[in-house]
Amino acid sequence: MLEPFLVRALIAAVGVGLVAAPLGCLVVWRRMSYFGATIAHGGLLGVALGLALEIDLTLGVVVVALIIGGLLVGLGRQRIVPADSLLGILSHAALAGGIVAASRLAGQRLDLMGYLFGDVLAVSNSDLAWLGVGGALVLGVIAALWRTLVAVAVHEELAQAEGLHVARAEAALVVLLALTVAIAMKIVGVLLIVAFLVMPAAAARPFASTPEAMAAIAAVIGGVGAALGLWLSMSADVPGGPAIVLVLSAASLCAIAWSARKGGG
Amino acid sequence: MSGSKSNSGLGASASSGHAQGQHSHAHSSHEDCGHHHEPMPARGSRRASAPTGEVLVSGRGMTMSRGGRNILDHVDIDIAAGEIVTLIGPNGAGKTSLVRVLLGLEPPDAGTVTRSPGLVVGYVPQRFERDAAIPMTVQRFLTLGARAPRDRLQHCLEEVGAGGIADRQLAQLSGGELQRVVLARALVREPKLLVLDEPARGVDHLGEADLYALIGRLRDERGLGVLLVSHDLHVVMAQSDRVLCINRHVCCHGVPETVAQHPEYVRLFGDAARAFGIYQHHHDHAHGLGGEPLPPIAAGGGDKSHA
Repeated sequence: MLEPFLVRALIAAVGVGLVAAPLGCLVVWRRMSYFGATIAHGGLLGVALGLALEIDLTLGVVVVALIIGGLLVGLGRQRIVPADSLLGILSHAALAGGIVAASRLAGQRLDLMGYLFGDVLAVSNSDLAWLGVGGALVLGVIAALWRTLVAVAVHEELAQAEGLHVARAEAALVVLLALTVAIAMKIVGVLLIVAFLVMPAAAARPFASTPEAMAAIAAVIGGVGAALGLWLSMSADVPGGPAIVLVLSAASLCAIAWSARKGGG
Repeated sequence: MSGSKSNSGLGASASSGHAQGQHSHAHSSHEDCGHHHEPMPARGSRRASAPTGEVLVSGRGMTMSRGGRNILDHVDIDIAAGEIVTLIGPNGAGKTSLVRVLLGLEPPDAGTVTRSPGLVVGYVPQRFERDAAIPMTVQRFLTLGARAPRDRLQHCLEEVGAGGIADRQLAQLSGGELQRVVLARALVREPKLLVLDEPARGVDHLGEADLYALIGRLRDERGLGVLLVSHDLHVVMAQSDRVLCINRHVCCHGVPETVAQHPEYVRLFGDAARAFGIYQHHHDHAHGLGGEPLPPIAAGGGDKSHA
């Protein structure tokens, strides 16, 4: 029989893998992986904020992630500094700010390594509850907006001309990313969250013929990869989050190589 | 951006209902631009008078500048149900900007756009960039604009001459196939207004003739209003009810001439040539560096576009 902490770890890892994968497809299609990383980096700042204000840490993460997302969208309207440079600025500002704030405000109460790379074996029941509620919310919003999100990803102008709300879809993606960061951070860490978004999607792409199939296959890859990675982490006695990311990266690299050999299809 | 307009006379716009004779001396006496017309019998598929359908979209005094450059300068346009309006003009004349404003993709700096309430628009953009990162069958792509059962999707594909490709990946289509599929996506929506930005780009000449024939059929059978953009100053659909030539401002407008007998086109396209019209257009006035029309050399003439 598995130890309770292992059961919690397994549920958490597989849950994050399942929830992040469909969102990850949208992130891949919209070329938002660096955008997602920037929002994730804000997570650490959110934890520090939560500790300083003595509010719920998850709430702090959501708030800071939303602020960074809003900044990205707002500052992205100017044209003088290109979008990827803007991301480079904000993502590192968020990370540096988070580490400085954490060291100043939190002192020893904060397990910095745990927040950067995750600590899947330390997942508590309340973390699981957050994951359950937040994950259901993320999947529910994605399902409700799926048609619009896909149409906008395929061709923004055409979607807008056909009467879809492009700005709303844009905002929804930012909120979804912020929520996902908040629920996944303790489990996989701010530096590795994007891997859970992008890798299953990339691994699923060569095997999918529709957007829906890609999201479903990515979810399976994310879930199975998380379980395999956790097993790897237990048997080799290495950290859980990085072990999962290694398994997922192997899956995505194999898929990409396979599709390149096949001729790009 | 809402509110309907009654259809009283559609000729309301300066851009419609020009009598042909008005331009018969255009080349010598015009204040804006003149065009050659070789007298032609009216074709069956083309109405001599302005159609009387409901006005679907209407722009008044649309003005837009970007980066200090005037892109649109007080452009008026109406598109009514059951008519094909062709927008021509040289590259950089503001055709695509005008379309974007009419579609509500961009607000004009000045002027108004009025669309009939609940108007369903089918749009075929000038360039459709595919993204191989998104797996997409043709069939799934068609339902992005509107849900529809499979047989209806198939029907729309057949209508555009792309019947056998429903299960292919979008990324693997040829340029011409893609163009047809994008048009089919617009048709699945059962639009009242069809907006096509340079639809002949990327399709071969035979496909072009088919395309224009299809557009004419859609107008005749379903009473669609069609706005067609072309940068080719010489080729305009014979079925066009009205042609609007813009170069940031409305240069001129009126009923197009057909080229069924034009030897050049008959030689090039054979039977297909009958689907084509020619609209010969000679710019008789210069434009300044900023695009503003320079004062005409000769006064007089009957063009109402600057009235």
